[in-house]
Amino acid sequence: MPANDPHTHDHGSELSEMQLRVKALETILTEKGYVEPAALDQIIENVETRIGPHIGARVVARAWVDPEFKRRLLTDATEAVNSVAEFDPVGAHLIAVENTPQTHNVVVCTLCSCYPWPVLGLPPVWYKSAPYRSRTVIDPKGVLADFGVSLPPGTDIRIWDSTAETRFLVVPIRPDGTEGWSEEALAALVTRDSMVGTGLAKSPEEHGTEAAR
Amino acid sequence: MTNSIHDMGGTHGFGPVESEPNEPVFHEDWEGRVYALQRAMGATGLWTIDGGRASLENLPPLAYLASSYYRRWFLGLERRVVAHGLVGEDELAAGRALRPGMRLNRKMTLDDAKAMSFANFDRPSPGPARFKPGDPVRTKNLHPATHTRLPRYARGKLGTIEAVRGCHVFPDTAAVGAGENPQWLYNVVFTGRELWGEEADPAIKVSIEAFEPYLVPA
Repeated sequence: MPANDPHTHDHGSELSEMQLRVKALETILTEKGYVEPAALDQIIENVETRIGPHIGARVVARAWVDPEFKRRLLTDATEAVNSVAEFDPVGAHLIAVENTPQTHNVVVCTLCSCYPWPVLGLPPVWYKSAPYRSRTVIDPKGVLADFGVSLPPGTDIRIWDSTAETRFLVVPIRPDGTEGWSEEALAALVTRDSMVGTGLAKSPEEHGTEAAR
Repeated sequence: MTNSIHDMGGTHGFGPVESEPNEPVFHEDWEGRVYALQRAMGATGLWTIDGGRASLENLPPLAYLASSYYRRWFLGLERRVVAHGLVGEDELAAGRALRPGMRLNRKMTLDDAKAMSFANFDRPSPGPARFKPGDPVRTKNLHPATHTRLPRYARGKLGTIEAVRGCHVFPDTAAVGAGENPQWLYNVVFTGRELWGEEADPAIKVSIEAFEPYLVPA
Protein backbone atom coordinates (compact mmCIF):
# COMPACT_ATOMS: atom_id res chain seq x y z
CA MET A 1 0.00 0.00 0.00
CA PRO A 2 1.20 3.53 -0.60
CA ALA A 3 2.91 5.06 2.39
CA ASN A 4 0.83 8.23 2.06
CA ASP A 5 -2.45 6.40 2.57
CA PRO A 6 -3.44 7.39 6.11
CA HIS A 7 -5.36 4.15 6.34
CA THR A 8 -2.26 1.98 6.51
CA HIS A 9 -1.46 2.31 10.19
CA ASP A 10 0.37 -0.70 11.54
CA HIS A 11 -1.64 -0.95 14.73
CA GLY A 12 -4.71 -2.14 12.82
CA SER A 13 -7.23 -0.65 15.22
CA GLU A 14 -8.93 1.33 12.46
CA LEU A 15 -9.39 -1.83 10.45
CA SER A 16 -11.15 -3.68 13.21
CA GLU A 17 -13.21 -0.59 14.01
CA MET A 18 -14.24 -0.30 10.36
CA GLN A 19 -15.01 -3.99 10.02
CA LEU A 20 -17.35 -3.74 13.00
CA ARG A 21 -19.02 -0.50 11.95
CA VAL A 22 -19.57 -1.58 8.35
CA LYS A 23 -20.93 -4.95 9.44
CA ALA A 24 -23.31 -3.17 11.83
CA LEU A 25 -24.59 -0.80 9.16
CA GLU A 26 -25.06 -3.60 6.65
CA THR A 27 -26.98 -5.61 9.26
CA ILE A 28 -29.26 -2.68 10.05
CA LEU A 29 -29.92 -1.83 6.39
CA THR A 30 -30.64 -5.49 5.61
CA GLU A 31 -32.92 -6.03 8.62
CA LYS A 32 -34.88 -2.92 7.72
CA GLY A 33 -35.34 -4.22 4.18
CA TYR A 34 -33.40 -1.48 2.40
CA VAL A 35 -30.75 -3.70 0.80
CA GLU A 36 -30.52 -7.31 -0.39
CA PRO A 37 -27.28 -9.09 0.51
CA ALA A 38 -27.31 -11.00 -2.80
CA ALA A 39 -27.45 -7.71 -4.70
CA LEU A 40 -24.53 -6.40 -2.62
CA ASP A 41 -22.48 -9.49 -3.50
CA GLN A 42 -23.31 -8.97 -7.18
CA ILE A 43 -22.31 -5.29 -7.06
CA ILE A 44 -18.89 -6.30 -5.69
CA GLU A 45 -18.53 -9.05 -8.27
CA ASN A 46 -19.28 -6.53 -11.03
CA VAL A 47 -16.32 -4.34 -10.14
CA GLU A 48 -13.96 -7.17 -9.22
CA THR A 49 -14.49 -9.26 -12.35
CA ARG A 50 -16.78 -7.73 -15.00
CA ILE A 51 -15.55 -4.18 -15.45
CA GLY A 52 -11.92 -3.10 -15.47
CA PRO A 53 -9.10 -1.81 -17.66
CA HIS A 54 -9.38 -4.89 -19.89
CA ILE A 55 -12.44 -3.27 -21.47
CA GLY A 56 -10.67 0.02 -22.14
CA ALA A 57 -7.68 -1.87 -23.53
CA ARG A 58 -9.90 -3.67 -26.05
CA VAL A 59 -11.42 -0.37 -27.09
CA VAL A 60 -8.02 1.27 -27.58
CA ALA A 61 -6.60 -1.70 -29.48
CA ARG A 62 -9.54 -1.66 -31.85
CA ALA A 63 -9.10 2.06 -32.40
CA TRP A 64 -5.45 1.41 -33.29
CA VAL A 65 -6.31 -1.12 -36.01
CA ASP A 66 -9.64 0.23 -37.27
CA PRO A 67 -9.68 3.88 -38.42
CA GLU A 68 -13.47 3.90 -38.77
CA PHE A 69 -13.88 2.66 -35.20
CA LYS A 70 -11.39 5.28 -34.01
CA ARG A 71 -13.43 7.99 -35.73
CA ARG A 72 -16.59 6.74 -33.99
CA LEU A 73 -14.75 6.54 -30.65
CA LEU A 74 -13.50 10.11 -30.86
CA THR A 75 -16.93 11.34 -32.03
CA ASP A 76 -19.14 9.47 -29.55
CA ALA A 77 -17.23 7.22 -27.20
CA THR A 78 -20.36 6.03 -25.40
CA GLU A 79 -21.75 4.58 -28.62
CA ALA A 80 -18.43 3.12 -29.73
CA VAL A 81 -17.75 1.46 -26.36
CA ASN A 82 -21.27 0.03 -26.20
CA SER A 83 -20.53 -1.77 -29.42
CA VAL A 84 -17.43 -3.44 -27.95
CA ALA A 85 -18.32 -4.07 -24.28
CA GLU A 86 -20.41 -7.05 -23.19
CA PHE A 87 -22.79 -4.71 -21.42
CA ASP A 88 -24.41 -1.40 -22.11
CA PRO A 89 -22.81 1.47 -20.18
CA VAL A 90 -25.92 3.57 -20.66
CA GLY A 91 -25.73 7.11 -19.48
CA ALA A 92 -22.00 7.15 -18.98
CA HIS A 93 -21.15 10.27 -20.90
CA LEU A 94 -17.79 9.06 -22.13
CA ILE A 95 -15.33 11.17 -24.08
CA ALA A 96 -12.22 9.70 -25.70
CA VAL A 97 -9.20 11.98 -26.13
CA GLU A 98 -6.31 10.97 -28.36
CA ASN A 99 -2.65 11.38 -27.54
CA THR A 100 -0.53 12.58 -30.44
CA PRO A 101 3.15 13.47 -30.78
CA GLN A 102 2.03 17.10 -30.22
CA THR A 103 -0.30 16.69 -27.25
CA HIS A 104 -0.39 14.39 -24.23
CA ASN A 105 -3.65 14.12 -22.28
CA VAL A 106 -4.00 13.49 -18.55
CA VAL A 107 -7.27 12.94 -16.66
CA VAL A 108 -7.88 13.97 -13.05
CA CYS A 109 -10.74 14.72 -10.68
CA THR A 110 -9.61 17.49 -8.33
CA LEU A 111 -12.93 17.57 -6.43
CA CYS A 112 -13.50 13.87 -5.74
CA SER A 113 -12.77 10.69 -7.69
CA CYS A 114 -14.66 10.80 -11.02
CA TYR A 115 -13.28 8.05 -13.24
CA PRO A 116 -14.63 6.15 -16.27
CA TRP A 117 -15.85 3.05 -14.39
CA PRO A 118 -17.41 1.28 -17.41
CA VAL A 119 -14.08 1.17 -19.27
CA LEU A 120 -11.47 1.20 -16.48
CA GLY A 121 -13.26 -0.19 -13.41
CA LEU A 122 -12.83 1.49 -10.03
CA PRO A 123 -9.95 3.95 -9.69
CA PRO A 124 -6.71 3.00 -7.95
CA VAL A 125 -5.87 4.60 -4.59
CA TRP A 126 -3.38 7.04 -6.12
CA TYR A 127 -6.04 8.50 -8.43
CA LYS A 128 -8.19 9.35 -5.39
CA SER A 129 -5.25 10.58 -3.29
CA ALA A 130 -4.53 14.16 -2.25
CA PRO A 131 -1.12 14.24 -4.01
CA TYR A 132 -2.63 13.37 -7.41
CA ARG A 133 -5.74 15.53 -7.05
CA SER A 134 -3.76 18.57 -5.90
CA ARG A 135 -0.72 18.53 -8.17
CA THR A 136 -1.93 17.31 -11.56
CA VAL A 137 -3.52 20.61 -12.58
CA ILE A 138 -0.56 22.78 -11.49
CA ASP A 139 2.46 20.50 -11.97
CA PRO A 140 1.56 17.76 -14.45
CA LYS A 141 5.18 17.20 -15.47
CA GLY A 142 6.09 16.58 -11.84
CA VAL A 143 3.25 14.10 -11.52
CA LEU A 144 4.29 12.33 -14.72
CA ALA A 145 7.84 12.15 -13.34
CA ASP A 146 6.43 10.38 -10.25
CA PHE A 147 5.21 7.74 -12.70
CA GLY A 148 8.57 7.61 -14.47
CA VAL A 149 7.14 9.27 -17.57
CA SER A 150 8.99 12.05 -19.37
CA LEU A 151 7.60 13.40 -22.61
CA PRO A 152 9.68 14.58 -25.57
CA PRO A 153 10.56 18.30 -25.29
CA GLY A 154 7.94 20.48 -26.94
CA THR A 155 5.01 18.18 -26.12
CA ASP A 156 1.94 20.09 -24.97
CA ILE A 157 0.08 18.72 -21.96
CA ARG A 158 -3.69 18.91 -21.66
CA ILE A 159 -5.30 18.22 -18.31
CA TRP A 160 -8.96 17.18 -18.20
CA ASP A 161 -10.49 17.90 -14.77
CA SER A 162 -13.60 15.70 -14.46
CA THR A 163 -15.83 18.26 -12.78
CA ALA A 164 -19.19 16.97 -14.14
CA GLU A 165 -20.68 13.59 -15.11
CA THR A 166 -18.64 13.48 -18.29
CA ARG A 167 -15.85 10.88 -18.12
CA PHE A 168 -12.60 10.68 -20.05
CA LEU A 169 -10.63 7.88 -21.67
CA VAL A 170 -7.17 8.62 -23.04
CA VAL A 171 -6.26 6.82 -26.27
CA PRO A 172 -2.48 6.39 -25.97
CA ILE A 173 -0.09 6.44 -28.91
CA ARG A 174 0.34 3.06 -30.57
CA PRO A 175 3.87 1.83 -29.81
CA ASP A 176 6.41 1.54 -32.60
CA GLY A 177 7.24 -1.94 -33.79
CA THR A 178 3.68 -3.26 -33.59
CA GLU A 179 2.82 -3.22 -37.28
CA GLY A 180 0.66 -6.19 -38.19
CA TRP A 181 -0.10 -7.13 -34.57
CA SER A 182 -3.54 -8.54 -33.79
CA GLU A 183 -6.05 -6.57 -31.76
CA GLU A 184 -5.64 -9.03 -28.90
CA ALA A 185 -1.85 -8.73 -28.86
CA LEU A 186 -2.11 -4.94 -28.97
CA ALA A 187 -4.59 -4.86 -26.08
CA ALA A 188 -1.91 -6.44 -23.85
CA LEU A 189 0.21 -3.32 -24.35
CA VAL A 190 -2.52 -0.94 -23.19
CA THR A 191 -2.08 -0.30 -19.46
CA ARG A 192 -4.59 1.29 -17.14
CA ASP A 193 -2.24 4.21 -16.54
CA SER A 194 -1.85 4.80 -20.28
CA MET A 195 -5.62 5.31 -20.48
CA VAL A 196 -5.55 7.87 -17.64
CA GLY A 197 -2.53 9.64 -19.11
CA THR A 198 -0.07 8.88 -16.30
CA GLY A 199 1.62 6.24 -18.44
CA LEU A 200 2.38 5.30 -22.01
CA ALA A 201 1.40 2.09 -23.77
CA LYS A 202 4.05 -0.60 -23.29
CA SER A 203 6.59 -1.13 -26.02
CA PRO A 204 6.93 -4.66 -27.45
CA GLU A 205 10.27 -4.90 -25.60
CA GLU A 206 8.78 -3.93 -22.22
CA HIS A 207 5.93 -6.35 -22.75
CA GLY A 208 8.30 -9.14 -23.75
CA THR A 209 10.45 -8.59 -20.67
CA GLU A 210 7.44 -8.67 -18.36
CA ALA A 211 5.97 -11.74 -20.03
CA ALA A 212 9.29 -13.55 -19.65
CA ARG A 213 9.43 -12.96 -15.91
CA MET B 1 -19.69 23.23 1.35
CA THR B 2 -17.79 24.68 -1.49
CA ASN B 3 -14.55 26.14 -0.11
CA SER B 4 -13.73 22.97 1.70
CA ILE B 5 -10.82 20.56 1.86
CA HIS B 6 -12.07 18.36 -1.00
CA ASP B 7 -11.32 21.14 -3.51
CA MET B 8 -7.64 20.24 -3.84
CA GLY B 9 -6.54 21.49 -7.27
CA GLY B 10 -3.31 23.49 -6.98
CA THR B 11 -2.70 22.83 -3.28
CA HIS B 12 0.96 22.31 -2.38
CA GLY B 13 2.50 20.01 0.17
CA PHE B 14 0.79 16.63 -0.24
CA GLY B 15 3.97 15.00 -1.54
CA PRO B 16 4.61 12.65 -4.44
CA VAL B 17 2.04 10.37 -6.07
CA GLU B 18 2.74 6.79 -5.08
CA SER B 19 1.21 4.00 -7.12
CA GLU B 20 0.92 0.42 -5.97
CA PRO B 21 1.86 -2.36 -8.41
CA ASN B 22 -0.89 -4.93 -8.99
CA GLU B 23 -3.27 -3.06 -6.73
CA PRO B 24 -6.42 -5.04 -5.79
CA VAL B 25 -9.86 -3.52 -6.44
CA PHE B 26 -10.45 -3.51 -2.66
CA HIS B 27 -7.75 -3.74 0.00
CA GLU B 28 -10.13 -4.99 2.71
CA ASP B 29 -13.46 -6.81 2.50
CA TRP B 30 -15.23 -3.99 4.32
CA GLU B 31 -14.26 -1.57 1.53
CA GLY B 32 -16.20 -3.69 -0.97
CA ARG B 33 -19.19 -3.82 1.38
CA VAL B 34 -19.13 -0.01 1.74
CA TYR B 35 -18.93 0.37 -2.04
CA ALA B 36 -21.89 -1.99 -2.50
CA LEU B 37 -23.96 -0.37 0.27
CA GLN B 38 -23.33 3.04 -1.26
CA ARG B 39 -24.44 1.83 -4.72
CA ALA B 40 -27.48 0.00 -3.39
CA MET B 41 -28.63 2.87 -1.17
CA GLY B 42 -28.00 5.33 -4.01
CA ALA B 43 -30.45 3.30 -6.10
CA THR B 44 -33.25 4.10 -3.65
CA GLY B 45 -33.40 7.53 -5.23
CA LEU B 46 -33.67 9.20 -1.82
CA TRP B 47 -30.70 11.44 -2.54
CA THR B 48 -28.76 12.46 -5.59
CA ILE B 49 -25.15 11.74 -6.48
CA ASP B 50 -24.50 15.42 -5.76
CA GLY B 51 -26.14 15.15 -2.36
CA GLY B 52 -23.88 12.19 -1.70
CA ARG B 53 -20.79 14.17 -2.68
CA ALA B 54 -21.90 17.10 -0.56
CA SER B 55 -22.14 14.85 2.50
CA LEU B 56 -18.45 13.90 2.05
CA GLU B 57 -17.41 17.51 1.48
CA ASN B 58 -19.16 18.48 4.70
CA LEU B 59 -16.96 16.20 6.78
CA PRO B 60 -14.68 18.25 9.05
CA PRO B 61 -11.44 18.92 7.12
CA LEU B 62 -9.27 16.97 9.52
CA ALA B 63 -11.60 13.97 9.40
CA TYR B 64 -11.64 14.18 5.61
CA LEU B 65 -7.85 14.15 5.35
CA ALA B 66 -7.32 11.53 8.03
CA SER B 67 -9.82 9.05 6.57
CA SER B 68 -9.18 6.59 3.78
CA TYR B 69 -11.40 6.86 0.72
CA TYR B 70 -13.89 4.17 1.66
CA ARG B 71 -13.95 5.32 5.29
CA ARG B 72 -15.10 8.71 3.96
CA TRP B 73 -17.77 6.97 1.91
CA PHE B 74 -18.86 5.08 4.99
CA LEU B 75 -19.02 8.17 7.18
CA GLY B 76 -21.00 10.00 4.48
CA LEU B 77 -23.43 7.09 4.10
CA GLU B 78 -23.97 6.84 7.86
CA ARG B 79 -24.78 10.55 7.98
CA ARG B 80 -27.16 10.27 5.05
CA VAL B 81 -29.21 7.32 6.27
CA VAL B 82 -29.67 9.06 9.62
CA ALA B 83 -30.46 12.44 8.04
CA HIS B 84 -33.15 10.82 5.86
CA GLY B 85 -34.73 9.08 8.83
CA LEU B 86 -33.94 5.62 7.43
CA VAL B 87 -31.88 4.59 10.45
CA GLY B 88 -31.82 5.91 14.02
CA GLU B 89 -28.72 6.84 15.98
CA ASP B 90 -29.90 4.32 18.57
CA GLU B 91 -29.84 1.60 15.91
CA LEU B 92 -26.29 2.49 14.89
CA ALA B 93 -25.31 2.29 18.55
CA ALA B 94 -27.07 -1.05 18.97
CA GLY B 95 -25.68 -2.50 15.73
CA ARG B 96 -29.09 -3.87 14.77
CA ALA B 97 -32.53 -2.70 13.66
CA LEU B 98 -34.81 -1.65 16.51
CA ARG B 99 -37.81 -0.74 14.32
CA PRO B 100 -39.21 -1.82 10.96
CA GLY B 101 -37.85 0.05 7.93
CA MET B 102 -39.55 2.82 6.00
CA ARG B 103 -41.25 1.91 2.76
CA LEU B 104 -38.98 2.63 -0.23
CA ASN B 105 -40.18 3.39 -3.74
CA ARG B 106 -37.09 1.78 -5.24
CA LYS B 107 -34.71 -0.89 -4.09
CA MET B 108 -31.79 -2.52 -5.89
CA THR B 109 -32.55 -6.17 -6.59
CA LEU B 110 -30.15 -8.90 -7.65
CA ASP B 111 -31.43 -8.54 -11.23
CA ASP B 112 -30.79 -4.78 -11.12
CA ALA B 113 -27.25 -5.44 -9.92
CA LYS B 114 -26.67 -7.98 -12.69
CA ALA B 115 -27.89 -5.47 -15.29
CA MET B 116 -25.15 -3.07 -14.09
CA SER B 117 -26.61 0.06 -15.55
CA PHE B 118 -25.01 3.42 -14.94
CA ALA B 119 -27.04 6.51 -14.18
CA ASN B 120 -27.77 9.00 -16.93
CA PHE B 121 -27.55 12.72 -16.23
CA ASP B 122 -28.47 14.02 -19.68
CA ARG B 123 -31.69 16.02 -19.70
CA PRO B 124 -33.81 17.83 -22.32
CA SER B 125 -32.70 21.42 -22.74
CA PRO B 126 -34.86 24.21 -21.33
CA GLY B 127 -33.67 26.58 -24.09
CA PRO B 128 -30.84 27.24 -26.53
CA ALA B 129 -27.22 27.07 -25.40
CA ARG B 130 -25.76 30.49 -24.67
CA PHE B 131 -22.25 29.64 -25.89
CA LYS B 132 -20.66 27.80 -28.80
CA PRO B 133 -17.20 26.35 -29.39
CA GLY B 134 -14.59 29.09 -29.69
CA ASP B 135 -16.43 31.60 -27.53
CA PRO B 136 -14.29 33.37 -24.91
CA VAL B 137 -15.83 33.11 -21.45
CA ARG B 138 -14.97 34.07 -17.91
CA THR B 139 -15.86 31.87 -14.97
CA LYS B 140 -17.72 33.63 -12.20
CA ASN B 141 -16.08 34.29 -8.86
CA LEU B 142 -18.54 32.17 -6.89
CA HIS B 143 -18.24 31.04 -3.28
CA PRO B 144 -21.58 29.46 -2.37
CA ALA B 145 -21.78 27.90 1.08
CA THR B 146 -23.43 24.89 -0.57
CA HIS B 147 -22.23 22.34 -3.15
CA THR B 148 -20.76 23.44 -6.47
CA ARG B 149 -18.59 21.84 -9.14
CA LEU B 150 -16.65 24.94 -10.09
CA PRO B 151 -13.23 24.38 -8.52
CA ARG B 152 -11.57 27.28 -6.71
CA TYR B 153 -8.53 27.36 -8.97
CA ALA B 154 -10.77 28.03 -11.98
CA ARG B 155 -12.93 30.85 -10.60
CA GLY B 156 -12.77 34.30 -12.17
CA LYS B 157 -10.59 32.96 -15.00
CA LEU B 158 -10.63 33.65 -18.73
CA GLY B 159 -11.11 30.55 -20.88
CA THR B 160 -12.47 29.31 -24.18
CA ILE B 161 -15.46 27.07 -24.88
CA GLU B 162 -14.08 23.98 -26.57
CA ALA B 163 -17.17 21.75 -26.65
CA VAL B 164 -20.86 21.79 -25.82
CA ARG B 165 -21.76 18.63 -23.88
CA GLY B 166 -25.54 18.94 -23.92
CA CYS B 167 -27.86 19.63 -21.03
CA HIS B 168 -27.25 17.95 -17.68
CA VAL B 169 -28.57 17.81 -14.10
CA PHE B 170 -27.22 20.89 -12.29
CA PRO B 171 -25.26 19.70 -9.22
CA ASP B 172 -25.56 22.98 -7.33
CA THR B 173 -29.35 22.64 -7.01
CA ALA B 174 -29.59 18.83 -7.10
CA ALA B 175 -27.28 18.57 -4.08
CA VAL B 176 -29.54 20.68 -1.86
CA GLY B 177 -32.87 19.14 -2.89
CA ALA B 178 -33.74 22.12 -5.09
CA GLY B 179 -34.35 20.03 -8.19
CA GLU B 180 -32.48 18.87 -11.26
CA ASN B 181 -32.70 22.33 -12.86
CA PRO B 182 -30.97 21.10 -16.07
CA GLN B 183 -28.24 23.38 -17.45
CA TRP B 184 -26.02 23.41 -20.50
CA LEU B 185 -22.61 21.91 -19.86
CA TYR B 186 -19.44 22.98 -21.63
CA ASN B 187 -15.80 22.03 -21.81
CA VAL B 188 -13.87 25.22 -20.98
CA VAL B 189 -10.11 25.28 -21.53
CA PHE B 190 -7.65 27.62 -19.79
CA THR B 191 -3.97 28.23 -20.36
CA GLY B 192 -1.69 27.24 -17.51
CA ARG B 193 -0.63 30.89 -17.28
CA GLU B 194 -4.20 32.12 -16.85
CA LEU B 195 -4.64 29.76 -13.92
CA TRP B 196 -1.20 29.79 -12.34
CA GLY B 197 0.46 33.03 -13.44
CA GLU B 198 3.25 34.14 -15.71
CA GLU B 199 5.75 31.65 -14.31
CA ALA B 200 3.58 28.70 -15.33
CA ASP B 201 4.70 26.24 -18.00
CA PRO B 202 3.40 27.51 -21.39
CA ALA B 203 2.99 23.91 -22.56
CA ILE B 204 0.12 23.30 -20.15
CA LYS B 205 -3.61 23.70 -20.70
CA VAL B 206 -6.29 22.67 -18.22
CA SER B 207 -9.97 22.20 -18.91
CA ILE B 208 -12.97 21.83 -16.67
CA GLU B 209 -16.54 20.79 -17.40
CA ALA B 210 -18.50 23.95 -16.60
CA PHE B 211 -22.24 24.47 -16.28
CA GLU B 212 -23.68 27.56 -17.97
CA PRO B 213 -24.52 29.38 -14.69
CA TYR B 214 -20.78 29.36 -13.90
CA LEU B 215 -19.94 31.38 -17.03
CA VAL B 216 -20.26 34.89 -18.43
CA PRO B 217 -19.26 36.10 -21.93
CA ALA B 218 -15.77 37.59 -22.10
